[in-house]
Amino acid sequence: MNGVHDLGGMHGFGPIPREENEPVFHADWERRMYGIARILLNQRVFTLDEYRHSIERIPPSVYLGAKYYEKWAIGATGLLLEKGIIKPSDLKGVKPINLNPTFSLSAKARGDSIFKHPSRAVKARFKPGDKVIARNVNPRGHTRLPRYVRGKRGTIQFDEGVFALPDANAHGGGMILQHVYSVRFAARELWGPEAPARDSVAIDLWEQYLEPEPARSSNGRGRNGRGRR
Amino acid sequence: MAANHQAHEHHRHDEPESDITLRVKALESILVSKGLVDPQALDMLIDTYEHRVGPHIGAKVVARAWSDPAYKRRLLEDGTAAVNELGFPPGPEGINLIVLENTPKVHNVVVCTLCSCYPWGTLGLPPVWYKSPAYRARAVGDPRGVLREFGTELDDDVEIRVWDSSAEVRYLVLPERPPGTERMTEEELAGLVTRDSMIGVAKAKSPKAGARKRPGNGRAEHRV
Repeated sequence: MNGVHDLGGMHGFGPIPREENEPVFHADWERRMYGIARILLNQRVFTLDEYRHSIERIPPSVYLGAKYYEKWAIGATGLLLEKGIIKPSDLKGVKPINLNPTFSLSAKARGDSIFKHPSRAVKARFKPGDKVIARNVNPRGHTRLPRYVRGKRGTIQFDEGVFALPDANAHGGGMILQHVYSVRFAARELWGPEAPARDSVAIDLWEQYLEPEPARSSNGRGRNGRGRR
Repeated sequence: MAANHQAHEHHRHDEPESDITLRVKALESILVSKGLVDPQALDMLIDTYEHRVGPHIGAKVVARAWSDPAYKRRLLEDGTAAVNELGFPPGPEGINLIVLENTPKVHNVVVCTLCSCYPWGTLGLPPVWYKSPAYRARAVGDPRGVLREFGTELDDDVEIRVWDSSAEVRYLVLPERPPGTERMTEEELAGLVTRDSMIGVAKAKSPKAGARKRPGNGRAEHRV
């Protein structure tokens, strides 16, 4: 989803808030919340993808104002309620915060082109050095393809191995295994000609977020990237 | 230990329990009553991440790499295995660790724009600034401005590589060994390796600043 959590490249947040001699936790509820969430994840009460998505579904105004582990608490509470593990009456005296609704993937959706299952052997479609383009898609559910790279051209640096696709796993779609690649984008490709020429951003992207860079004959940009930095 | 922290907390904020305190208490009590959370496991987990795991682990790894070229090669080749070799699990649930070497010409810096992915096994839990919207928003688009805020000035001809940690690999920066440290022991070197230098927003401390006082244990290192 194009949510408030997808912060890369945004302006207006001001200087980075730093704290000298920062403790690991700032309050007892923070350490309790950290532990509770870890145990729920360890016990597979919900998946990490579902949990991340629940935090993304916190209304934007609440998300930006909440403390870090407060978001963990709101997300976990919402998921436990949605899954019927706890009831609203179990949380007497606690102010309700509704998450934006999510959806479950139907069996059909799991089989359609958005969540296309790769071959059983999970072959890698790309190899280091390949020129790729991050797909310009705007999924309504969870994704780990941030807006700032969509539609941009990059280069595969290395293959990180095979991991479950978050876009499915966050919505009850199970473990759709795909290769994840470290993809490097030139800073100028992402931010324009004012960015320093040599700088770059590398990001970890699931295979289906990528397509081969199309050959471009008109301006000399071939698939092997000649004419591009 | 937990009771002690609680007392501390109440002492610090002389105010009624906040919404969030009540929310987490309610959550813990219902989950414990349903048998989904074991209070002992909870205390152990908290203790591990509050007191045992932290940047002192990453600092040991870096100091070893500075002192032992063969170890450094192994670390850059396979971060997970090399950290394991020193007796540390690289993170929960077999997470893969990739180590990025800073050089005079290439400076790596790590962020997670979408949430807060961080190498827990070698650095512990992230500081608030790493999780802040400001850092997450700016690190990818304005890394030089971000580094300047941390007092890190890089020449224009140094290449900055930002790593947006968006999947299940975690990144640890191997900072440059500071000049003037040739005679230092591995333990002394570890005292120069800050958390921020292993995220990539700062360089390792210079020996003068670092030698003055070295943290006596991991706990102190958390707070550097």
